[in-house]
Amino acid sequence: MSNRPQHFNLTFKPIGHSALLIEWPQQIEETILNDILNLQSRIEHELKDIIVETINAYNSLTLIYKHEVVSRDQLEDEIKKIYAVKSQAVTQQKKIWYIPVCYDKEFGIDLEEIAQLKKCDPNEIIKLHSSIEYLIHFIGFLPGFLYLGGLPESIHVPRKSTPRIQIKKGAVAIGGKQTGIYPSESPGGWNIIGNSPLNFFSPNQNPPCFAKAGDLLKFYSIKKSEHQQIATEVENGSFKIEYEIR
Amino acid sequence: MNDFVEVISPGLFSTIQDQGRFGFRKYGSPTAGVMDEQSAALANHLLNNPSGSPVLEITMTGPKLLFSTSTLISIAGADISPKLNEHSISINKVIAIQKGDILSFGALRYGCRCYLAIKDGFQTEYILNSYSYFSNITTNNRIKKGDQLPIKKHVAKQSHFSTVKIDDEFFKTINIKCSKGPEYHLVSNSEIVFQSNFSISNDSNRMGYRLDGPAIPYPTAFEMLTSSVLPGTVQLTPSGQLIILMKDCQTTGGYPRILQLTTDGINKLSQKKAADLVALVLQE
Repeated sequence: MSNRPQHFNLTFKPIGHSALLIEWPQQIEETILNDILNLQSRIEHELKDIIVETINAYNSLTLIYKHEVVSRDQLEDEIKKIYAVKSQAVTQQKKIWYIPVCYDKEFGIDLEEIAQLKKCDPNEIIKLHSSIEYLIHFIGFLPGFLYLGGLPESIHVPRKSTPRIQIKKGAVAIGGKQTGIYPSESPGGWNIIGNSPLNFFSPNQNPPCFAKAGDLLKFYSIKKSEHQQIATEVENGSFKIEYEIR
Repeated sequence: MNDFVEVISPGLFSTIQDQGRFGFRKYGSPTAGVMDEQSAALANHLLNNPSGSPVLEITMTGPKLLFSTSTLISIAGADISPKLNEHSISINKVIAIQKGDILSFGALRYGCRCYLAIKDGFQTEYILNSYSYFSNITTNNRIKKGDQLPIKKHVAKQSHFSTVKIDDEFFKTINIKCSKGPEYHLVSNSEIVFQSNFSISNDSNRMGYRLDGPAIPYPTAFEMLTSSVLPGTVQLTPSGQLIILMKDCQTTGGYPRILQLTTDGINKLSQKKAADLVALVLQE
């Protein structure tokens, strides 16, 4: 039996007449993430008739609810009841995803500059960046953009002072203390170190993202020719993303 | 058989929208959907369409459209001087369309967004539970020349329809209603927020409206982790400007969410264009 290890003090705030924000202590922590995901899945299961959708972030869970069916006070009571019950956590199957990245300088256009800043060889940055098991905290910003935790401090790099107008789909980048993958072409101010040929948001699949909050993700380095090959396989639907169950 | 509306010219920016795409914000997908729900609902209601049927949202400059079959349409929201085969037609009224008719638009008289509803709704692609156009989700993110938007044939049983009178206060008022947002307590000077008139910046679209006006003090020593934002969320930026997020907004943000527009507030703001004035009104 694995009961919820910790019980947090939750705060409830309205966002307009049909959304309720639930907040955890302001920290980026795995225990908080797990507690959010646990409550989220129980709310989606137990209150599905009154909840339109739920949105999780680092330390918050936002509920869009049917205000014509339930009042905010009633909803808050229901959630407090659910949270108070020390039921066994709804165990979500956690996966670790292996993500191919080509760090070649054709894609990693800022790698050289970062290496100079850090006074090291670009290969050391690639080695470190692809050695970590990153934790997916949530998906936001753009469809399929994963907020990853765990970037080593030695490769934290300030955002560019002038954002680029257009960053390629699949760009793998570092912005401050974070690393991430641009799931579609977008403007952006992060430092680009490589490119992944995968689709991180597939509108014709439901759910549209293969990864979910709470999963882990590890990058592995591929050659330019492999990038091309995988891109072709992704295009024709034959590429299988590698993962393991944790 | 395969009936459609053909885009002869697209106008400034027109998109197919329904009530929005719900259930996918946790994957980073915006809600999208019609900006002014009230006007879109009126257009659908006139045709006895289910509310939320997909409509064409037209921004300021209208398209030129050719109908391949007979149907009924109605236009509500902004008045962009619509014409059928070069003859002016009324808005807020059902109009019978014959095969080969051409709908075009002229000068913008008031408002910013108009809604063209069609009997039974546009039959464009339905992706992740919604017809609403959005980049990288639907194939198109706006209508373009040569598009053929699928529709259903409908033969009208009557030819005379009455016009619905609307309250023009909806378009004239500068008051935009809102409630306190999660970080409202960080506002040190609420007088500036509620007693100023703001002007809509040029940089305003379906993602968000920026307001030009007096700078609002930004809280010092404030930290916030990225958290969810919604259409209607009013963010205070470090430069002291307000950004009101609209239907295509990102799902998460890191600026203080000081206010939240009501649905009525979002509807009315959607009919404002660059340089129009607005005032924020706190509704308890």
